[in-house]
Amino acid sequence: MISEDDVRHVARLSRLHLEPDEARRMTAELAKILEHVAKIAELDLAEVPPTAHVLDVVNVLRDDRPQPGLERDEALKNAPAVSDDAFRVPRMGS
Amino acid sequence: MISGLDPQRLTAREAKRLLVDGETTAAELVSVYLDQIERVEDRVHAYVQLTAENATRYATEIDREMGATRGALAGLPTAIKDNMVTEGVVTTCASRILENYNPVYTASAVKQIFGDHVVMLGKANMDEFAMGSSCENSAFGPTRNPWDLATVPGGSSGGSAAAVAAGEALWALGSDTGGSIRQPAALCGVVGMKPTYGAVSRYGLVAFASSLDQIGPITRSVWDCALLLKHIIGHDPRDSTSVELPFEIELPTAERLDGLRVGIPAEYLAAGIESGVRESFDATAKLVEELGGRVVEVSLPHTDHALPAYYIIAPAECSANLARFDGVRYGYRSEHASDLLEMYEHTRGEGFGAEVKRRIMIGTYALSSGYYDAYYGQAQKVRTLVKRDFDEAFAQVDVVASPTSPSVAFGLGSRTADPLAMYRSDVCTIPVNLAGLPALSIPCGLSEGLPVGFQLIGPAFSENRLLSAAHALEQALGFVEVASFHERAA
Repeated sequence: MISEDDVRHVARLSRLHLEPDEARRMTAELAKILEHVAKIAELDLAEVPPTAHVLDVVNVLRDDRPQPGLERDEALKNAPAVSDDAFRVPRMGS
Repeated sequence: MISGLDPQRLTAREAKRLLVDGETTAAELVSVYLDQIERVEDRVHAYVQLTAENATRYATEIDREMGATRGALAGLPTAIKDNMVTEGVVTTCASRILENYNPVYTASAVKQIFGDHVVMLGKANMDEFAMGSSCENSAFGPTRNPWDLATVPGGSSGGSAAAVAAGEALWALGSDTGGSIRQPAALCGVVGMKPTYGAVSRYGLVAFASSLDQIGPITRSVWDCALLLKHIIGHDPRDSTSVELPFEIELPTAERLDGLRVGIPAEYLAAGIESGVRESFDATAKLVEELGGRVVEVSLPHTDHALPAYYIIAPAECSANLARFDGVRYGYRSEHASDLLEMYEHTRGEGFGAEVKRRIMIGTYALSSGYYDAYYGQAQKVRTLVKRDFDEAFAQVDVVASPTSPSVAFGLGSRTADPLAMYRSDVCTIPVNLAGLPALSIPCGLSEGLPVGFQLIGPAFSENRLLSAAHALEQALGFVEVASFHERAA
């Protein structure tokens, strides 16, 4: 059973800030969902290979030819903060 | 110029003929839909954003300048789900985190139909990041079902399906990760198709679960569905999972199903199908036989495990895909942070809605150290079993049929408090995505005044077979009812 501490840990891994009441509600909801998905544990899957891709496609590579990418102005156009042609972010650590 | 075009009944096939024969103009056609939007959009809310001025200007240009060189879809008014990026037109995925995101390029599938000169009317509402089955997870408010404004249109492509049903678009593009085209098409009484995985490029489709996502058409008829599909498929070097279909999409003409073997999976009918939906489905199965098809029972034994496997795989992929929304390069950034880590956490905490957070959390949990094998590893194996089930069924039958959704449109708010109840809305559609198969939904009748969807599933690359069978059924069914914008008592 997932605990509220587990939820806070996973939220930290997910880089998601949860308000205390949100974390409580999430704990109850995730517990129910995880109980439901745990149903797959009843299957014997030892001999079954996993499927990551449904079609038999391997090594899809395009020609390695340089092409123009996004212009810098375009790339920065949607950024919340920019300085000196770069993405500006708050300082790291506190 | 002709008057009296009914936007709720007009098909792309007829609109195209009227345009080619000079009986209408692109500008007139666009005005028919914009007028309808004017009349009903405040009740339906199918769109996140309208591009009416551009549409009118572009339609006029098509009429004036393009003449004989105009594209195969010239002047056809189209809605685009708001998770496909459109250069210069804000693309939100119905999320606060992308509220002002102005893409610098256009998704490949959209670019293709732009090249054929369709006219975009606007960006259609959806569940945030395509996560949901009711369109209630939109950060900009829910879409309502035009058949009964007290009910949901389904989701996640609820805006696209509602727009077509309401006559607010001639047709639309949606995307389908676990049923997100077929289920809203069913609930809104229109046609919706999810192509074989890889048939349509995902480049520029904002990724939710990359191994499952697929763009497809939502239309008023099967013929229209084939036409739109024909113009969005094709290999794209920008999507490494895209494939070239080994054949052309044919515009369907079939009126009979002679010799077609149609399998009905016992497991899909075992539980949870509303009686009205079941009656309509059974009547349609009977019609299959009257048209010369042969109905046999098949078994898809791992159906019960498909939903749990999906709710591990899709959230796992979503948790990785949505890591890019961090307030650095685009989108919303929280003001409530003193350092970088807090900025990430608060941006995502404030920018994402409840369902998106739930899925990111489940996905991160399922991929985290100590749980990976038990959840994600096992789910990928279940996926193999689901695929094998279909392989075995298709050794006996040509197509598989089922109800698209276990219920007709449900009441707004009736499933929002219980995520699992909402997840079960997609029990008949999810296995198809896990196996990467093509499937479509056509309206097959009404139950309590609301549309019922009939789903046909085929082997990989059987698009033409599905469209042909669906066309024959559609002709025989003669489903002519249209949404009436009533609001019944909840």
